Amino acid sequence: MDLAYSAEYDDFRSEVQQFLKEHGHKSPKGRMGWGKTDDEGRSWQQLLIEHGYAARTIPKEYGGYGAEADVLKNHIIAEEFVKAKARPGHSGDPRLVPTLLELGTEAQKKAYIGPTISGEMTWCQGYSEPGSGSDLASLSTKAVLEGDEWVINGQKIWTSGAQYADMIFCLVRTEPDAPKHQGISYLVFKMDTPGIEVRPLVTMTGEAIFNETFYTDVRVPKDQIIGARGEGWFVANATLKHERGSLGDPNQLETRFGALVKMLKSEKIDGKPLIKYPAYRDRLLQLQARVLSMKCNGMRILSASIKDQEPGLCRWIVKLLGCELNHQMAALAIDAMGELGVLYEDSPYLRDYGMWQRNYMLDLGLIIGGGTAQIQKNMIGERALGLPKEPKYKD
Amino acid sequence: MEFALSEEQRLLQDSVTRYLESQCTLDHVRAAVENEVTKHTEVWNGLSDMGIHGIIIPEDFGGVGLGFLEAALIAEALGRTVAPVPFIASCVMAPVAILAAGNASQKDIWLPKIASGETVFGVGVSEQVGRRETNGIQFSDGKLTGKAMFVLEGMSADMLIIADDKGVMHIVDANAKGVTRRNLKTIDKTRAVAEVVLENAAADTLSGSQNNTEALLKTIDTGRLMLAADTLGASEVMIEKAVAYAKERKQFNRVIGSFQAVKHMCAEMATELEPCRSLVWYAAHSVNHIPDESRLLACHAKAHLSEIGRFVAKTSTEVHGGMGFTDLLGLHYWFKRIGLDRQLLGAPELIREEAAVAQGW
Ligand SMILES: Cc1cc2nc3c(=O)[nH]c(=O)nc-3n(C[C@H](O)[C@H](O)[C@H](O)COP(=O)(O)OP(=O)(O)OC[C@H]3O[C@@H](n4cnc5c(N)ncnc54)[C@H](O)[C@@H]3O)c2cc1C
Repeated sequence: MDLAYSAEYDDFRSEVQQFLKEHGHKSPKGRMGWGKTDDEGRSWQQLLIEHGYAARTIPKEYGGYGAEADVLKNHIIAEEFVKAKARPGHSGDPRLVPTLLELGTEAQKKAYIGPTISGEMTWCQGYSEPGSGSDLASLSTKAVLEGDEWVINGQKIWTSGAQYADMIFCLVRTEPDAPKHQGISYLVFKMDTPGIEVRPLVTMTGEAIFNETFYTDVRVPKDQIIGARGEGWFVANATLKHERGSLGDPNQLETRFGALVKMLKSEKIDGKPLIKYPAYRDRLLQLQARVLSMKCNGMRILSASIKDQEPGLCRWIVKLLGCELNHQMAALAIDAMGELGVLYEDSPYLRDYGMWQRNYMLDLGLIIGGGTAQIQKNMIGERALGLPKEPKYKD
Repeated sequence: MEFALSEEQRLLQDSVTRYLESQCTLDHVRAAVENEVTKHTEVWNGLSDMGIHGIIIPEDFGGVGLGFLEAALIAEALGRTVAPVPFIASCVMAPVAILAAGNASQKDIWLPKIASGETVFGVGVSEQVGRRETNGIQFSDGKLTGKAMFVLEGMSADMLIIADDKGVMHIVDANAKGVTRRNLKTIDKTRAVAEVVLENAAADTLSGSQNNTEALLKTIDTGRLMLAADTLGASEVMIEKAVAYAKERKQFNRVIGSFQAVKHMCAEMATELEPCRSLVWYAAHSVNHIPDESRLLACHAKAHLSEIGRFVAKTSTEVHGGMGFTDLLGLHYWFKRIGLDRQLLGAPELIREEAAVAQGW
């Protein structure tokens, strides 16, 4: 255990702090917008790339900053941005860009990575289908090679952001006779390709976050496949790994915990702050222990990654526990606010812009999306603890 | 930046765990418990040979001068094997009290004796934590009068550290005139807690604790931390046993671990416990390196491990079905160890309230 940073990293931290002091005011205040519509966001991102605080390790030739991979520096950047309440930079779609870097051809990297990290090109993920959610490998949207083109037919669902996205990375069945995991390919194509129809689906928050997307004779150039034909499942799993990593991030847990404490101190019943009520206080302290333990767990993962070691169980649990914990923090906020806790949209007396109810619902979406809690438990049981799989079901 | 055990710490943990797994098996524990022994002589001496008694005692006083993280690793190993030895009271809390509040001669006399295993200390702080069934321990003219409850290792101890109603700590000879000890039977037979009645018992005051509660609080904090580590170790074993049983026991022609209900019970236990390990490490590390945070962290470690420990103890027992409920299998030794850890030195609700106050909430 040595939680001190070496001089190199202390210096690096000062640099980041200095940058934020000088430029922090340019950070966009609102929620992250969608690529092209968010000019302020894009110029902020550009500034961050120039200074190496976004797309840090992405090679220069693809529009990144081109630094050597250094987990600790990434960690310092993330921490300082949270502290300064500045919008963090990104490295493009966290599921797609790493996949391209790992498995894309030179031409694909050149074509997609640069505009993606700058925010000019936005993406959606076309994996889930009405009949294939947790059992994603059973997907049936098909693509047939006709001459130099893939011809795609089928339907996707829960496609987040499809209504705004320029591009999609999509799993399709190309080898109908192969076993289910070996018959899938990973295609990327433009969302304005003829034959695509996007129908927004309103979620419980009242917003249209995701969509149904329909594909009728959609024609896509043959070379827009990432990896080899029939290997899409393995290509996609490379990205699922990245997605799982980002949900339940401890920095975000700490930020939310801070907001919760602030609210419980400022809201009062008969002049007495909510934080003084034993029942709320006790729940708050239970959550604090959990946030702390996830922070420590995060440091342990970080430490293993620095040494290039597989962190094991402590990584497997992050999505499951982190998303649940976020949800519980929102639940306490709502409970403690009493009747005020149910106000929504633009109601008078609304607290914190209605974020607690919104998060309470959104977090439930995140508990389900990207691998449900039950699927996480299957994986932890089978892969981390070595328990046997369910026997195959036969009719 | 490294958030991990060092090579030396891993070696220490491995060697103590290996020693205990061979010399402190369930059979040894059962035999000790049947004879109402909570200081298993061979194990206690074996630990002494490894230098464990003096783990946090500075070398100048005959100890090995390591930190609280090392002590927590020992407590974890002892929890794993439900070892009947008075480590927490005698090797951690008492030296903490003496180091923080003792005068030079008290340190010179007692620390080497603790480090060598010659003297076993019990610790009674019920005047200051969740006081019940007592009416105050008063100190005057060098004598203590009153009743201390739930004195940790009060029965096997040669000497006692007793906190009075003002929070001042004193050293008392456990066999002196005016000291009456009575074992309080608890669910957990691997450790003893005692009622100690004092009637004008001669007391040697740890003078550094006069008008200064810091020493007492630090004694309690480190005790809580060790109880958390003990629960961590006991919970690990309960999960390992549940997973092993789930891989072997068959019903409906399948191993029960292939039933999702059972698999998810195991996954939930492992998921809940894993971050606890990091919390205990961090809390223990903070005692030596981040003292400003250590009170809060000790509270959280104790309270959180109590909650997760209870969940694991119950769930693991359920995975074992009827067998889990029997004395035959002995799983209950771990269940009860976790149960006692939870109540000692403050149950979770009280500790969380302290944690709130510590933050000015
Ligand atoms: C907010 C949100 C955003 C999303 N964004 C996208 C996106 O952009 N692109 C995309 O492709 N998808 C997206 N999804 C889809 C998401 O990945 C799926 O919802 C998820 O994988 C679950 O699939 P399903 O909805 O079909 O549920 P189902 O798989 O039908 O599950 C229903 C219930 O059955 C349980 N269950 C299923 N199989 C098992 C099993 N083997 N063992 C135990 N329990 C089981 C589940 O845990 C769940 O409780 C999003 C979902 C949400 C909620």
